[in-house]
Amino acid sequence: MTVQNRPLSPHLQVYRPQLTSVLSITHRLTGVALAVGTLLLIYWLTAAAAGAEAFETAQSFIGSWFGRLLLFGWSLALFYHLCNGIRHLFWDIGAGLDLPTAYRSGYAVLIATVVLTLASWIAGYGAMGGL
Amino acid sequence: MPMRSSLKRVTGLGAAGEGVGHWWAQRVSSLALIPLAVWFVASVVALAGADYFAIHQWLSSPIAAGLLILLIVAVFYHTALGLQVVIEDYVHDETMKIAALLGVNALAIVLGLAGVLSVLSILFKGQI
Repeated sequence: MTVQNRPLSPHLQVYRPQLTSVLSITHRLTGVALAVGTLLLIYWLTAAAAGAEAFETAQSFIGSWFGRLLLFGWSLALFYHLCNGIRHLFWDIGAGLDLPTAYRSGYAVLIATVVLTLASWIAGYGAMGGL
Repeated sequence: MPMRSSLKRVTGLGAAGEGVGHWWAQRVSSLALIPLAVWFVASVVALAGADYFAIHQWLSSPIAAGLLILLIVAVFYHTALGLQVVIEDYVHDETMKIAALLGVNALAIVLGLAGVLSVLSILFKGQI
């Protein structure tokens, strides 16, 4: 085999970040973050099954400022991964692969993520009857 | 000189020897998770600030419990498949890689089972 002087895959130190590449790595990062977030979901469910006292402890942790911060990050990551995942599924069927559409769908994902996250939190605080 | 044997080409299983099975499973589980995730977030939003009794009332319905079990199974399947790719991309030491893959899969099974059993125990306890 002849060794050709072919370009290598993106060299991170000299590679200018673009919307498409940043959204791509963010998809992976949010995926890993959501995997860690499943610990919180399972803690909440096992506490609910264990009894009122255990559930009270779980709720007071989740309801604390730190718990709410975790939950906010989790919801942001979830909505991003959901929206960008749908974008990936369109690519998988061969739709929207051209650069202008990929940029438009990328911006749409960012807007939808912020809107859905804020709408959920506003609705959640509404369900609780305020802060 | 062609590097692939005729058998390799005809089985179409590629360099990893597993073909498109992993890729396909990742997509199918993601499709299932679109409606399940939307339902789950909407449920949690509606349950914001809910107490122990409200949670038990919610999960005493077989529909809510069933959807939550489907969500848990799909989440941990999708998570295990996704983390597998991340590990295969970044962990190059073969021993470490296999250990990490085994650990991730074991954790996914144990956590998923804990979630499913919790939901079932609340469902069968009935309304309290």
